[in-house]
Order: sequence, then structure tokens, then C-alpha cells
Amino acid sequence: MSAISVRDLRKSYGALEAVREISFEVERGEVFGLLGPNGAGKTTTVEILEGYRKRDAGSVEVLGVDPAGAGGEWRERIGVVLQSSAMYETLTVAESLELFAGYYSRPRPVDEVVELIGLREKRDDRVRRLSGGQRRRLDLGLALVGDPELIFLDEPTTGFDPRARRQAWETIRTLRGLGKTILLTTHYLDEAERLADRVAVLRQGEIVAAGPPAELISRTPATEIRYRENGREVVVETDRPTQVLHELTAKAIAEKRELEGLAVTRPTLEDVYLSLTGEETE
Amino acid sequence: MKLFRHELSAELLLYRRSRELAFFTFLLPIVFFVLLGSTYGNDRIKSEGGVRGSNFLEAGMIGYGAISIAFAGLAIVLVIRRESGVLKRLRATPLPAPTYVAALLSAFMIAFAIEVVALIVLGRVLFGIGAPDRIGSLVVALALGAVAFCGLGIGVAALIKTAEGASAVVNAIYLPAAFIAGAFFSPHSFPAFLRWIADVLPLTYFLRLVRGIMLHDQAIWSYPGSVAVIVAWGLLGAFVAVRTFRWEPTEG
Repeated sequence: MSAISVRDLRKSYGALEAVREISFEVERGEVFGLLGPNGAGKTTTVEILEGYRKRDAGSVEVLGVDPAGAGGEWRERIGVVLQSSAMYETLTVAESLELFAGYYSRPRPVDEVVELIGLREKRDDRVRRLSGGQRRRLDLGLALVGDPELIFLDEPTTGFDPRARRQAWETIRTLRGLGKTILLTTHYLDEAERLADRVAVLRQGEIVAAGPPAELISRTPATEIRYRENGREVVVETDRPTQVLHELTAKAIAEKRELEGLAVTRPTLEDVYLSLTGEETE
Repeated sequence: MKLFRHELSAELLLYRRSRELAFFTFLLPIVFFVLLGSTYGNDRIKSEGGVRGSNFLEAGMIGYGAISIAFAGLAIVLVIRRESGVLKRLRATPLPAPTYVAALLSAFMIAFAIEVVALIVLGRVLFGIGAPDRIGSLVVALALGAVAFCGLGIGVAALIKTAEGASAVVNAIYLPAAFIAGAFFSPHSFPAFLRWIADVLPLTYFLRLVRGIMLHDQAIWSYPGSVAVIVAWGLLGAFVAVRTFRWEPTEG
């Protein structure tokens, strides 16, 4: 049985169709990424799966239960990291974790969680004194302390500096190693690529591509060959760059001229993502 | 029950650590009791049947404490927790909503109980006020008022949209209300329009009840009208609370 099963899910806010008939499955033990720009419907989808929002149509099962009517027993089995890291500012890290541990029947030991999220030095510091990255890690700790089977991470590294992102990625990999199922939303392609086993790319409420990240990247637009001819920029897109380049250079050599500003570029991950989500480069 | 105790002890810890709650809602009634008590504590208030100023003020500060802790403190805490997303996060845990609300209210009721004891002890030490005779009636009246103000606090919290606005809106309601209802000074010398406002405020009736019991040794059942008004306001607050309570931050 899948950890998450979504079929023909739809959700509108007034005239705005936030999610239009999307379907996907998340297997147990898998890290699944929902990728897309702001406003693509990621958070709406996740909040329906978490039980915060009601869907308009379609069927949803999370750990075999419809989240719309799920109770405490189901909540024992899920962990939620929301986009904003809200917590009690006046409690210490350990006190916060102990408070949340008390809500679950079989919590993970607090010190183990402190270790897991790398906040041992901050254990007895007040939340208000933590940095943004440390807060986000505590956020994750609060979602983990109940020892859930399934963890939702809504944009876990947005606003992080590169070092903090790397630390967060490490923690998420550790969770995966513990056999947890993880549903991750992000608008960073590299994050999805590094963490997710499979991703679904959302654009305006629809899934425009799905599969393992490496597969998505190989399904890319063509390689670009650029050069200048008579002061004009020429761009050739091709699936067979070796052949095309050979022909171009052979012709230029035969005519004894130089291909000015010759450049061959593979599409970057960003190009792939932008072409899928229909966003324009600046 | 275990979950309730767990949450209650956390709420009490959070209460103690909150400077805003500790000072503005808990300490301020005690400060006013000392300050105002030392100015007119020994006067006899003719319009109140010649009771001593300090006795009159002590009951007033118990009423002020009730509205500041149960109404203002609770409303501000709820708005901040909702708008910061703490309530939304709690919603994702197995903690049942009724257990959470019960523990939260209990923490504020306990704070109020401590406040009342502190005021009575202080009244005895500083102004030689005797312990109240009608303990049973007093406890019932205080519990009734505190619950009603909690209901109003939760109700008003739902109407405030931003955490920044919480203190401003709540202070703008309860500070004038405490003054107009006569918590600080006898309202008999107030102009007519203030007395009209006072006639609809729940605190007016709560003060009437508390002063009747503490100053005139009356039993709570001597004031069925006041009890009815307090209950009605509490129910109104609870009704608004149930209809409009939100776990999630205000959008946009």
C-alpha cells in the first residue's frame, strides 16, 4: 500500500483553481518532491494531505486514511513542518521538544532528537535566541519527536544560507535512512534533485512532469550552439550536437573563416525547470 | 487527564515566562491597589454607604484582575499564538482541541486565583482588611466571572486580525471598561453618559457582585440580576468564540 495516494484532486479558492485534477502516489520509505514556483499549488496540495484544508473533488488517502476526517490516532503517525516556523519563543529547545513529545504515545527520546537535528549546544537556549536556520531545525525536531512514519516538509530550506541548506539536507537524508516517508515541497530544483527519489513538477495547479529527477533532466530541451555570423547572433538547438557542430566547423574551415564567439551549452538544471514551469529567466 | 496535566504545566510555565502577561495583566492590579490604596485607602466613601476606600478598592482590583487576566491576557495570547502559527502547528499534533482549550483556560484561572489571594493578603498587611466572611459565595462569584471573561476573551480574539493589533485593541477595550465600571473609583460621581455605558458592561455587574459579597457580607443569590448579566455576556463570548474561532493565521 502506498503512503500517499492522490487521485484527481481539485481545489479552488473562489474563481482561482489552485489545484486542477492532480494524481500521484508516494511509496513507503520514499522521498517525494513536489516542485514548482510560488502559487503553483504545492502548499494547497500538502495542506489537503495534512488535513488542514478540504478538497473540492477527487480522492486522497494518507497512510490509508482520508485526512479530511482523520483523528488523533492518525496524527500520531504524521509529522508536519509548516512553511512558517512558529513556536513558543520563551521555551528552551529541550522544553519545546518535551512539550511536543508529551502529545504522542510513543515519542522519540528528546535528547536523541536534539542530537538528530544538531542542536546539542543550543539544548537549553530559549527559542527566541536561535538563528533562522536553528529555528528551522527545531521545527523539524518538533515534527520528528512523535516518531512519525510520514513527514511533510513544506519548503524546509527557503531563506537559508548555503551552509544551513546543506545541514538541512543532511538531516533529511538521515530521516530517509531511518525509513521515514517524506513529502517535500520546494521551489529549488537542486534541492529536489539531491533529496527526492521522485518528483512531480507543478505548474498552475497541474502536474506537468513526474519521475526521478535524473530522468526529468535527461528529458531536456536541446543543446544550444551559439556563434556570430556577420555580427548577428546565431542559435542552433539540436538533439545531436556532435553532428551539427561537426558540420558547422567543417563548413567554416572550408570557407576559411572563424565561428566567432562559438559556444556549446547544455541546458542547466535551471533551464529545465524554467521550461517546465513556464517561468521566464530574468 | 495525563495530557491535560502535561499541557497545563506547560501553560503555567509559558505564563510565568511571558513578560507581557506577568506585568500588564498580573502585576498591574496589585500595583494599582498599592498606589491608589495609599491615596484614598483610609477615606470613607459616602456614595458607597460609607465603606472604607481600601476595602472598596480591593474588591475593585479583584474585578480589574479578572478582566485583565481572563479577558485581556487570554485574548492577546490567543491572537499571538494564532497569527504566529502556533495554533496551526498544534492542530497537526494528536493533542485534542478540547484538552488544549481546557488547559489554557485553567492556567489563566489559576493565575487569577493567585492574584486574588495576593490582593487579599496585601490588603490585610497594608490596610488591615479582614478576610472575607462569605468564602463560598465569593469563590463561586469569582469563578463565574473569570469563566465569563475567558469566554469574552476567546470571542474577541477571533475578531482581531493581527498580532500587532492584539494589545492595542484589547487595551482599548478593557482599560476604559475597568475605569467606567468603577474598578478604580466609585462611579457615583461619573457623568450620566459614562453611567449609561457602565450599565451594559459585564464588569459593572461583576464588581457589584464581588463588592456585595466582600463589603456587605451578602450571599451570591442576593444578586440574581447581576449573575444573569454576567452569564449572558459569558455565553455571548462563548457563542462568538465557537462560531468564529480559527486555528490558522489570518490570510493576506
